[in-house]
Amino acid sequence: MLSRRLFLKSTALIGCSAAAHPLLSSATFAAAPGDNRLVVIILRGAMDGLDAFQPYGDPALRGLRQTLSLGPDHGATDLDGFFALHRGLSELMPLWQAGQLAFAPAVSTPYRDKRSHFDGQTMLEAGTGTDLNLDAQQDGWLNRLLQAMPGQASETAYSVGVSQMRILQGQAPAKSWTPKAQMDLSPQAEQLLTRIYHDDPLFRDASAQAMEIVASLSPDLATGKPGQDHLEIARFAADRLNGQTRIASFSIGGWDTHAGQAGSLPRMLGRLADTILTLKADLGANWARTTVMAMTEFGRTVRENGSAGTDHGTGGTLLAAGGAVRGGRMMGDWPGLAEDDLYDGRDLMPLRDIRAYAAWAMHAKFGIDRATLEGSVFPGLDMGSDPRMTA
Amino acid sequence: MPSYAEIAAIRLGFGLSPRLTPPADPAGMAASVAAATRIGPQAVTLDKVRAWQDKGLDLGAAARAGDPAARDRDVAYRRRLGGIYRAAIQNRFARAVDDHSGFGERLVWFWADHFTVTGGTVYWNLMTDAFVQDAIRPHLTGRFADMMLAAEIHPAMVRYLDQDRSVGPNSARARRNPDKPLGLNENLAREMIELHSLGVGADYSQQDVTQLAELLTGLAYHPRQTGIFRPGQAEPGAETVLGARYGGGRASLDDIRGVIADLARHPATARHIARKMAVHFVADDPPQPLVDRLAAVFADTGGDLGAMNLALAEAPELRQQFRQKMRQPFDFLVAALRGLGVDGRQVRDMKPGQLQRLLLQPMTAMGQAWGSPLGPDGWPEDQAAWASPQGLAMRITWALSAPSRLTDPLPDARQLLRAALGDTASEALSWAVPRAESQAEGVALILASADFNRR
Repeated sequence: MLSRRLFLKSTALIGCSAAAHPLLSSATFAAAPGDNRLVVIILRGAMDGLDAFQPYGDPALRGLRQTLSLGPDHGATDLDGFFALHRGLSELMPLWQAGQLAFAPAVSTPYRDKRSHFDGQTMLEAGTGTDLNLDAQQDGWLNRLLQAMPGQASETAYSVGVSQMRILQGQAPAKSWTPKAQMDLSPQAEQLLTRIYHDDPLFRDASAQAMEIVASLSPDLATGKPGQDHLEIARFAADRLNGQTRIASFSIGGWDTHAGQAGSLPRMLGRLADTILTLKADLGANWARTTVMAMTEFGRTVRENGSAGTDHGTGGTLLAAGGAVRGGRMMGDWPGLAEDDLYDGRDLMPLRDIRAYAAWAMHAKFGIDRATLEGSVFPGLDMGSDPRMTA
Repeated sequence: MPSYAEIAAIRLGFGLSPRLTPPADPAGMAASVAAATRIGPQAVTLDKVRAWQDKGLDLGAAARAGDPAARDRDVAYRRRLGGIYRAAIQNRFARAVDDHSGFGERLVWFWADHFTVTGGTVYWNLMTDAFVQDAIRPHLTGRFADMMLAAEIHPAMVRYLDQDRSVGPNSARARRNPDKPLGLNENLAREMIELHSLGVGADYSQQDVTQLAELLTGLAYHPRQTGIFRPGQAEPGAETVLGARYGGGRASLDDIRGVIADLARHPATARHIARKMAVHFVADDPPQPLVDRLAAVFADTGGDLGAMNLALAEAPELRQQFRQKMRQPFDFLVAALRGLGVDGRQVRDMKPGQLQRLLLQPMTAMGQAWGSPLGPDGWPEDQAAWASPQGLAMRITWALSAPSRLTDPLPDARQLLRAALGDTASEALSWAVPRAESQAEGVALILASADFNRR
């Protein structure tokens, strides 16, 4: 059999994406990479983890926040006597009780100090450290995971939605789609289009994927209702994950709460909860084999700002959900909010690299060895001890 | 070989049209920008938006008081203003469709994107259009520093980046309200440095951001208060940004003018703006000699944007790097309208439903919802962001269905090929177009082609 790694190397050299090559259809590489599913949700804009999972048991919290993170006395649900779940996430309580929801309250990428969303997101999706030029980082860690997975096909991984997902970009073929797209081409037009796109790799590959996906869509995935894009995306992702797809990634924007956070954050958290519950409902029995990780480029300031919001910070929260998650608990340690415990006197101190959680999940669910994870998927990462996020 | 006029109209403008003759040389191309600096009497401006908001405050208050008639008046008023905003969007399309070179309107798009603001309510949507008229158009051939000042202190920007919520922690206002959480918001300060001037790779610190945020306190807007500076909420004392001291006396807008003038002429700003223009107009990964030339022009002329426009128009890289860029959805739709021979008047006459079905909904589906980029960094430039399978599927869908609803009869596909692409059409496309089964599919092939979607 043709060596996949060798093939990818050679096709990369001539600038031809493997996705469009007839030899690389899913029939050729039919062996599915196991039954486990991984969903990575990028929360763009930096979610305030201190509001989503409120450390109301920390004595310093009250002095830092006046209108936010007010704990169980103000509508949040107690989780463990120290943390409380924001009311926007309260629909996830049954998952917590079933041991299918967990969070790591003080994590971050290696990104520090400049606190730019865009660089923060680039680093989160690239999965690299601080030693590389951010502008040059065009590929993502889910793509490098694919390159390390034997027996995967282009259908194995999907990015879903209209926005660009750097996390899945790279040499390994992966698909991207939005449930809103449709095409109605005559066979003649399809042939002619294929011909005129032939010499332009970008158009050739994108159109080939588009035609293939349109031909394979389940009906009625689109709701067509305004404001429900996240549900369409979750349903489409679940539809694919119920088939050959094992990895899906998409983003939910709108977390940049500089002002009036108590007004906007509940809505965003509600969207996140609805997205997770839609995945659970549509995945059916496959939910038991699914790990969902919701990640954000960084956290927000521990102090509420002058506009009843929060500014860009450092330490933030990872949310994990799914039947494959060992949940009902906080993962990792809590740094504390006392003045001396803060990062730079203003931010939550990150205690662990967010990539370590993702790496351990890939190790457990896709059997990727530690050397590959620390060497190429997340170059330079020290995975440390196993947080045992998944069952 | 394609002429200069063809190359320039496609690369710097919105493409060719059977109705229009683009300038034949760089000087003509640069001079054509002047047309886009003109603001018509119908244009939405800050003064108009202020008056609309003022009246809206009364109507809104009356409606909230519970009088059903007042509520109806409020709804009708906002609907009427919604129509004005819709007309403003149509005007943006129409001006781009009619501009004989297209360069000026492309620059409007570029700079409005560089200084991204978004709206929300109908009043603030109108304010984003006022922003284009007040802060962008007048400065297209002027100095970058003047555009930057106009943009940063415009109410649309002050609100979008939360500057209106930022209060000096030791200001008179904060001291009067010890129980309210009044304090700094550093959003505008951060983006002013990272996005609008120096660039995120430049040499600055969190301390510079915080100090600039303190210096910016006082910027504010309310439709019923004149002026945009409130000394009472400004942080007292001098601030040091990038090693220079500002303020210290009575707080005033002059301190902010001072820091913006210095940011605008910083060497890192010259490099940042030069690279950004080269990326937008020439290639996602632009040739370094072009970036260096543009940066030198910026530095030598003190940020003269007219000189930058000419330097771009003269760049041999326009030809050498032809078709290195993907047209963004707005650019694609305008180029298609131009190629099909649609004129600005037809665009302005579109009914609300037509505007939605033919332009705004497709634009959203292609990944560029009007006025709603995801963040203050604006729309992506990278071709992969626009040539995704779903984005391309949307362009193909539009090319199949929209032209027959825009022109009756459809142009002959072979004529459209000539009109829209001139001597730039590839052999493969010229071969394929006559083989389409129908004129509609021939037209769709052209508009969906890589030839047409790249510039």
